[in-house]
Amino acid sequence: MTINIPTPLRVYTNGQGSVPVTGDTVAAALESLVNEHPGLRTNLFSADGKLRSFVNVYLNDEDVRYLNLKEESPTSPADELTIIPSIAGGRALA
Amino acid sequence: MLRIQFSDYESLRKHGEQTYPHECCGVLLGRSVDGINEVEEIVEAGNTRTDSAHNRYQIAPVELIRIQRQARAKSLDIVGFYHSHPDHPAQWSATDIAEAHWLGCSYIITRVGKGKADVTNSFLLTGTTEEDKSFEDEPIEILMAVSAATK
Repeated sequence: MTINIPTPLRVYTNGQGSVPVTGDTVAAALESLVNEHPGLRTNLFSADGKLRSFVNVYLNDEDVRYLNLKEESPTSPADELTIIPSIAGGRALA
Repeated sequence: MLRIQFSDYESLRKHGEQTYPHECCGVLLGRSVDGINEVEEIVEAGNTRTDSAHNRYQIAPVELIRIQRQARAKSLDIVGFYHSHPDHPAQWSATDIAEAHWLGCSYIITRVGKGKADVTNSFLLTGTTEEDKSFEDEPIEILMAVSAATK
């Protein structure tokens, strides 16, 4: 299966926008990705090993957070994972 | 530096007028070449922060994925984002930096005062991680269309 890498993280994947990985769950695929490209680890995961809160991971068109099995959801070779950091902000003050 | 066509620059400013008094937001597609983010196309996005749209914006990840797919089909990348600050300076806020995660991308902010687009600034998100990221003022080069009739 492939994982789509957002622009800012391609510096850690030799400029590749999509990377082939192995693994039969979302978690295994992500682990395969960071093993192959170690520079990604601290950008994707916090010190406790959890995905950083602003990192969204989609299995095809589904947000992994909302899947029943979350990161343990099974994957097949034809699936596509997409990493997409959140976009938000604003002037904030009331 | 950010390089953008005048027509795209005007469109993103107009978007801020259309959504006033709410914040608008959108995506800049193009190429990053030699440290210059060159915009080829802008894509308007919906602001999902309907609970506080006058001072917050958020683009739904699923919409971003759709935009990213469109970009890839055209051999373009996401090189930045834009949003508006209704009746507030065109400067990044504490919220903007806290919620900016696309290192190397340009973040354009337009002040919309009383419904009219005013100052537009761009800020480059620099750094290598969440821990050392910062915004730097970024010059905007606006390209004017060249008339085909010029001989």
